Amino acid sequence: MALVFDRTKGLTDKIFHYCPGCTHGIIHRLVGEVLEELDVLGDTIGVAPVGCSVFAYDYFNCDMHEAAHGRAPAVATGIKRVRPDNVVFTYQGDGDLASIGTAEIVHAAHRGEKITTIFVNNAIYGMTGGQMAPTTLIGQKATTSPYGRTKEHSGMPLKVSEMLSTIDGAVFVERVSVHNAANIRKAKKAIKKAFEVQLKGEGFGIVEVLSTCPTNWGMTPVEGLKWLEENMLPYYPLGNFRTPQEVE
Amino acid sequence: MAKAKGKVTFIEDRCKGCELCTTVCPVNIVVMNKEKINIKGYHPATVVEMDKCIGCANCAVICPDVVIKVEREIEK
Repeated sequence: MALVFDRTKGLTDKIFHYCPGCTHGIIHRLVGEVLEELDVLGDTIGVAPVGCSVFAYDYFNCDMHEAAHGRAPAVATGIKRVRPDNVVFTYQGDGDLASIGTAEIVHAAHRGEKITTIFVNNAIYGMTGGQMAPTTLIGQKATTSPYGRTKEHSGMPLKVSEMLSTIDGAVFVERVSVHNAANIRKAKKAIKKAFEVQLKGEGFGIVEVLSTCPTNWGMTPVEGLKWLEENMLPYYPLGNFRTPQEVE
Repeated sequence: MAKAKGKVTFIEDRCKGCELCTTVCPVNIVVMNKEKINIKGYHPATVVEMDKCIGCANCAVICPDVVIKVEREIEK
C-alpha cells in the first residue's frame, strides 16, 4: 500500500497544547507541509507571536524566534534584512496581528518586507480567556461584550486582508478557511504560493486563515466549524486579493 | 472500474476526541471509541469497518493533532 498521508517533517513530535478541535493544529501542519515540500526547512526562520500559538517555536521543525506581543513582523524584518537568503515567516493570531500589532503589520507590508505572514483569525482572544477582539463579529458574545458586540460601541470588525490589499508593498494577500477538507486543501495551496512569492523575492505576502475557537465560543469543535461557515464566511469573504503575475 | 482501498492508522494517545474527523468521512466509518480512554483522558477516534475505507485522507487532513496516517491501494 502506498503512503498517502503521514506526519510532516515540518513539525516536531511534540503534542500540541491546543484545546481539542482547535484549528491551530491544522494550520501548523499546513505550514510544516509547505516548508517540507519547498525543501526549505533547513533555511527557514519562523517568528512566533504572543497568544495561544505562543509555543509555536516548540512545534515547527525549523529555527524559531519569539517576539513581543504584536511585534513579530518587526522581528522578522530584522532577521530577513540581516539574513536575506533565509526564508522568514511570522505566525500570528488576530489578537496579536489585528490589535496590538496593527502598526507593525501595516508598515512591514508598506515597506514590502520579503517575509510571509500566516494570520490566524478566530474572531476572539483565545489565550486570555475569550475577550472581544477587533475581528469579533457584530452580535458575537465575548467576555467583554456579554450582550454581543455592537457597531455603536466597538465599530465594525476589522477586515485585515482588505486593508492590507490597498498597500502596494503587499504583493500576495489571500483569505482562506479551514472549516472542511476541501478548504483546508485550498488553504495549503495559498500558503505555498505565499512562500513562493517570498522565495522569488517579490515582496510581502500574507495568508489570513479563518479559524475556530470552540472553547471560547462555547461550542463543540464540530459546532465551531459550522459556526465559522455560517457566520464568519459572509463577513470575511474567501479569496485572493492580490497575486504577483509570475506566481499565478 | 478501479477501486481504491485504504487503510488508516490512529496514534490513539495523541487524539483529543474533538470528533472533527468523524464529520468528513465520505463512507462514515470514523467513530469515537467509547469503550476506551486514552492517556490524555479522551475517547479516541477509531475505524471499525476498515474494509470500507477508500483512503481519501479527509480525516487526516482535518485532524488538528496529526493523529492519523493513511495508506491507499488502487485495485484494478
